[in-house]
Amino acid sequence: MNAQHSPASQAETRRARQSFRSKIKERWESPVAGYLFISPWLIGFLVLTLWPMILSAYYSFTDYSLLEAPNWIGTKNYSLIFTNDSLFAQSLKVTLLFVVLSVPLKLISALLVAMLLNKDIKGMSTYRLFIYFPSLIGTSIAVAILWRNMFGADGFINQIIGFFGIQGISWINNPETALSTLVILVVWQFGSSMVIFLAGLKQISRDLYEASSVDGASKLKQFFNITLPMLSPIILFNLVLQTINSFQMFTQAFIITQGGPVNSTYMYALYLYDRAFGRLQMGYASSLAWILLIIIGIATAIIFLSSRYWVFYEHERKGKA
Amino acid sequence: MNLRLSLKNGQWKRHLLLLVSSVVMMYPVFWWVGASLKTNSEMGSPSLFPSVPQWSNYISGWTAIPNYSFTHFYMSTFELVFGVVLLTLVSCSLVAFGFARLDFPLKNIWFALVLVTLMLPSQVTLVPQYVMFNAFGWVDTYLPFWVPSSLGVGVGGSFFIFLLVQFIRGIPRELDESAKIDGCSYFGIYWRIVLPLTKPALVTVGIYAFLWNWDDFFGHLIYINSIDKYTVQLALRLFMDTQSAMEWGQMLAMSLISILPAVIIFLFAQRHFVEGIASTGIKG
Repeated sequence: MNAQHSPASQAETRRARQSFRSKIKERWESPVAGYLFISPWLIGFLVLTLWPMILSAYYSFTDYSLLEAPNWIGTKNYSLIFTNDSLFAQSLKVTLLFVVLSVPLKLISALLVAMLLNKDIKGMSTYRLFIYFPSLIGTSIAVAILWRNMFGADGFINQIIGFFGIQGISWINNPETALSTLVILVVWQFGSSMVIFLAGLKQISRDLYEASSVDGASKLKQFFNITLPMLSPIILFNLVLQTINSFQMFTQAFIITQGGPVNSTYMYALYLYDRAFGRLQMGYASSLAWILLIIIGIATAIIFLSSRYWVFYEHERKGKA
Repeated sequence: MNLRLSLKNGQWKRHLLLLVSSVVMMYPVFWWVGASLKTNSEMGSPSLFPSVPQWSNYISGWTAIPNYSFTHFYMSTFELVFGVVLLTLVSCSLVAFGFARLDFPLKNIWFALVLVTLMLPSQVTLVPQYVMFNAFGWVDTYLPFWVPSSLGVGVGGSFFIFLLVQFIRGIPRELDESAKIDGCSYFGIYWRIVLPLTKPALVTVGIYAFLWNWDDFFGHLIYINSIDKYTVQLALRLFMDTQSAMEWGQMLAMSLISILPAVIIFLFAQRHFVEGIASTGIKG
C-alpha cells in the first residue's frame, strides 16, 4: 500500500505534526522545576497518605493497641469481625440503610429544586440564597444541637404535628424514628448538590427543548428525553460524591443520637471511632477501616459499572451521528 | 421584566413552589433564632418567638463553661483555621501551578493520584496518622492541622489542587510565554503572573478551607484534648455534655453565634461559592 503519498494521509501527518508541536508549546518540559512545585503535595501524599495506608493495612493484621507494640495475629481481626461481632453487623446495616435512604432523597430534592431555579425570574437569587442556606452550616455541631432540640419531646416538630392534634414523641429517643431524623437532616442540606445540578442544567442547549416542543413533546416527556439524559454525567458525579460521603457519616450521629437508641443510629464511622479511640484497639479499628474502604469501593464500582447503561455522553451521540 | 408581568406569564406556579421550598428550608433557622431567646419552660410553646426575648441567654451562655469564656474558644479556633487557610493557599497554588503549567515524568500518574485521594475515605489513614502525630508529640497542638495543610493534604486538599489546576489551565499562556522569553524564572512566572490572575479561584479555595476547617469536628475531637486549646466546635459539645439540666436557650444561642462567620462570608462572597462548586464537576 502506498498510503504515504495520498493527500489525505499527508494532511493527517501534517495535523499530527502540528498537534505535536502545539503540545510541546502547551507546557514546558522541566522535570526539576516540576517536581519542586509539586513537592509539597508529593511529600504529603507519600508520608501522610500512602505510608499510613500501608501501615493501616499492616495494623489490620495485628493486635496493636497504641499502648503495646503490634503483634502479628494474621486474619484474626477479620474473622472476628465477620463471624462474631454483632456491632459490626448492626453498624453496617444502619449505615447501608442510611446511604440508601438519604442519597436518593437528597439528589431528587436537589434536582427538582434546581429545575425550579433554572429560569430567569425575579427574586431568583433570593430563593437560591434561602435554599442553599442549610448546606452552608453543613456538618457543624451547631446544626446537630439544633436538630436535637427540634426533634426532641418539646421540639418544633411536635408542635407542628400537635397543631393537627397528633401526640408527638421524642423522635431522637425512639429507635423507630431516630435514623429518619438524621436522614432528614442530610436531605435538608441538598444545596451543594443543587448548585451542581443548576450549573449542569444551564449548559443544556435551549434548542433541544424548542425542537422537541415543535414536535409536540410534553414537559414530562422533555424531562425524561432531554433533561435526564443530558444531565446524567452530573447525576453520576453527584451520586458518587454523596454515596462516598454518606458512608462516612459521623458528626451528626455522634452528637444528635450518640448511635442510640438501641444502636439504631450506630453508624459505621462511629463504631470505628469507638474501637480506635474508646478502646484503643488500633489493629481492630484498622481492619474496620479497610473493610469500609472496600465496601465504598464496591459501591462506587457498582455505580460506575451501571453508569454505562444510564449515563449519556454528548460526544458519543455526535460520534454515532 | 417586572413581577406582575412574570406572574402573568404563568410564572406564579414556579414562584409559589419556590416560596414554599424557601420557607421549608428556612423555617428551622427561624425556629433556631426564636428558640435561642426562649426560656427552657417556653421551649415547648408553639409560638416561633418568645413573649419576652431572653437576651441573657447570649450573655450567660458566653461564659457558661467554667474558667473559660467563648472569647477564648473563638481566638483558638481563628488561630487554627487562619493558619490552615494560609498554608493551604500557599501549598495548593504551588502544586497546582506545577501540574497545570510544567511537564515532568510521571506527571499524569501523580495527578491521577490527586484525584484518587479526592475519593479516599479518611478512615483508612486515620489510625496510623494518629499514631504518627502522637509519636511526634503533636497531639493537643494544632500541628496535626497545620502540617498536612502546608503539604496540600489537609481537609479538602486534593479538591483545592484540582480546582486550581482547572482554573490555571484556563488562563491564556501568552503572558507567561513572554515573561519566559524575558528571562523570568518559573517561580517568577508563578508569583508575578499566574498567581495574580488566579485570585478569584484562590478566594474560593480560601472560603472553603475556612468553612470546612471551621466545621471540622472529627479532627478536632481526636487531636485536641485540653480545654485550653478547645475549638468552638469542641466547646459547644462540652457545653452540651456538662449541662445536667439542658439549658437549651443558651446552647442554641451559642451554636447560632458559631455559624455567624460562615454566614457572613457567604453573604459577602456568594458569587465565589456558586462558581466554586459549579466549576468542580462540570468541566472535563
